[in-house]
Amino acid sequence: MTSVIVLRGVSPLGGDPRDLVIAGGRIAAVTPPGGGEHTSVVAEAADGAAGGTRRGPLIVDGAGLIALPGFVDLHTHLREPGREDAETVESGTRAAALGGYTAVFAMANTDPVADTAGVVEQVWRLGQDAGHCEVRPVGAVTKGLAGSQLAELGAMATSAAAVRMFSDDGHCVSDALLMRRALEYVKAFDGVVAQHAEEPRLTAGAQMNEGAMAACLGLPGWPAVAEEAIIARDALLAGHVDSRLHVCHVSTAGSVEIIRWAKAKGWRVTAEVTPHHLLLTEDLVASYDPVYKVNPPLRTKADTEALRAGLADGTIDCVATDHAPHAPEDKETEWAAARPGMLGLETALSVVIETMVTTGHLDWAGVADRLAAAPARIGGVADTVLDVAQFAQVGTPATLTLLDTQAQRVIDPAAFASRSTNTPYRGRTLPGVIRATFLRGRPTVLDGKIV
Amino acid sequence: MGVKRHLLSTADLLLDDALLVLDTADRMARVADAPVRKLPTLRGRTVVNLFFEDSTRTRTSFEVAAKRLSADVINFSARGSSVSKGESLKDTAQTLEAMGADAVVCRHSASGAPHRLASWVRGSVVNAGDGTHEHPTQALLDAFTIRRRLGRVDGLAVTIVGDVLHSRVARSNIWLLTTLGAQVTVVAPPTLLPLGIDGWPVGVSYDLDAVLPKSDVVMMLRVQRERMSAAFFPSEREYSRRYGLDADRAALMPEHALVMHPGPMVRGMEIASSVADSPRSTVVDQVANGVSVRMAVLYLLLGGGTDRETT
Ligand SMILES: [Zn+2]
Repeated sequence: MTSVIVLRGVSPLGGDPRDLVIAGGRIAAVTPPGGGEHTSVVAEAADGAAGGTRRGPLIVDGAGLIALPGFVDLHTHLREPGREDAETVESGTRAAALGGYTAVFAMANTDPVADTAGVVEQVWRLGQDAGHCEVRPVGAVTKGLAGSQLAELGAMATSAAAVRMFSDDGHCVSDALLMRRALEYVKAFDGVVAQHAEEPRLTAGAQMNEGAMAACLGLPGWPAVAEEAIIARDALLAGHVDSRLHVCHVSTAGSVEIIRWAKAKGWRVTAEVTPHHLLLTEDLVASYDPVYKVNPPLRTKADTEALRAGLADGTIDCVATDHAPHAPEDKETEWAAARPGMLGLETALSVVIETMVTTGHLDWAGVADRLAAAPARIGGVADTVLDVAQFAQVGTPATLTLLDTQAQRVIDPAAFASRSTNTPYRGRTLPGVIRATFLRGRPTVLDGKIV
Repeated sequence: MGVKRHLLSTADLLLDDALLVLDTADRMARVADAPVRKLPTLRGRTVVNLFFEDSTRTRTSFEVAAKRLSADVINFSARGSSVSKGESLKDTAQTLEAMGADAVVCRHSASGAPHRLASWVRGSVVNAGDGTHEHPTQALLDAFTIRRRLGRVDGLAVTIVGDVLHSRVARSNIWLLTTLGAQVTVVAPPTLLPLGIDGWPVGVSYDLDAVLPKSDVVMMLRVQRERMSAAFFPSEREYSRRYGLDADRAALMPEHALVMHPGPMVRGMEIASSVADSPRSTVVDQVANGVSVRMAVLYLLLGGGTDRETT
């Protein structure tokens, strides 16, 4: 159902306030705030949308709110099918909408693994039914994520789910030949291989960033070189076969340098960074609280600074949450027994404001690019904002989110829509609150609540 | 331990706390020599030995220590709870709470497990060895042994030899002995030293022969044979030739210098029998001193101390 909505006084990309009239899923008019002339536009739009049946438009008071294109998360673990106790497509996409997201890419490490057209279509349909945001399934690169045999990538690409991104995330496609073949094969349907870069022999039993802290805590180290070696290899392979590589959750300063070098070569390499790798550092591990256990692990302050700089200059294309819900029994354990991963969808924007906006690394147009337009381009999201310059122009898709950047909140996982509570930000005060989210003209969040 | 409720690590043990434990252990050692080898101090208190890893020697040492202080001792067998069933640690903590444990002595294969336990129970937690992290009472008994044999720790040159990377004994000793004023040097093949050790307050050498003549104490660590298959060193023979303490090497040490080993020893690998059984070896003293030091720790944690925090 499409209706007419007027967003009064919002600031697109943090610019001058405007009234945005939404009709037919698109921006129908953009006028100065409170301008009388849009009354007629609203009336006309309402006529068009309702097929002649006049209904009052939904008026949203957006004074003081910044409008950004709806965020796109290239890296979400929705856990369904298989671990519905930790998250479902329904609960995970509610969390996404509340976090300002209008599209999420659901990782393939479910049970069963999303390595067939049947499973990806199931996840895609669950997303359609839930309706809180677009769900784009990621297909596994190899059968069962086992790293030995290619999954039927073409069948997933041509399925109703129209898979374009493939990843064994959680596992690295460590076999160089298999990685080469995957990169080559997906060219047939403009696919992209998203690599979880982790050389498995260098990280056997690894628990945290290798270095002085791990040495003191007696936890086996996860060396930066295990990530960087794979990124370097895969960048060379992507260049060699002229295909698209996307690097998941870049976590080290060295990786940023390698990606910068690969891009300078003109190779089609893109990369993402998680909010937690932008903000948090390894010293949190000293508590041995597995809420800080994540893969790749939290690194050093120098790494967070390099990641922020890389995201600012575009070496790292986008922010992706790696939202990884876990049941309490998988986190309330000794460190080594706990599963790695953190929640991210409902706090991502706040962490980006804290690490990138407050620090002067990005303006709001930059945030819009790194959280929305760039990931949409990488993932091939259709009918959305692919270029920040087009945002809030008449005729473009009304897929957007409204945020209150003046508001602060104390992070309380009990208030999350996610079924899990494994947030590393519990009790922290972070800036920015999402007030409303719209997916192609339809509100998914209003007044900070799911519609 | 003045202000601390738990003994989880020697890294955060202040000099005064460490000296208080050692001085108290001296008094406890006198109890061992008395006709009635028991103190009533902890009567009515419950000490639980929670061992997720087998270690008869450490468990027995804690058990004897607690009993000499008249505490009730419960040996809680937690064997079989593997890392893959990690939730059992929290379940166990809840059981211990229900039992009203005043102190929990915890041995676990996972680094940090006693830290987690300490956040779930009201009683005091004593780390009896956690993964490759720490083994604080072993370090305290080593320091106690050094002090008894050489009269002091301050100013001594202590050399720790072997698998520092995987050794909780090495970590606890490095922090504690440094706090007590010793100069610690670690000697090992580079593969068995943690990356980042350059930030530690220790000297690092790959050459045992060069360090031995300047050592007042040489502490040999156990080297597990399976490290060989993980490419930490090529063969037992090569390890032994480069880093083992045989009679010829021991002869390089000053007359007064001690040889220590936390046990269990791999004779012929890191230490020759003739050295392990020589007069400069403290291996037997270490076992006896273990009881005195653990008595001191339980005594101080459970209310025997004079400057215990009251809140
Ligand atoms: Zn991953």
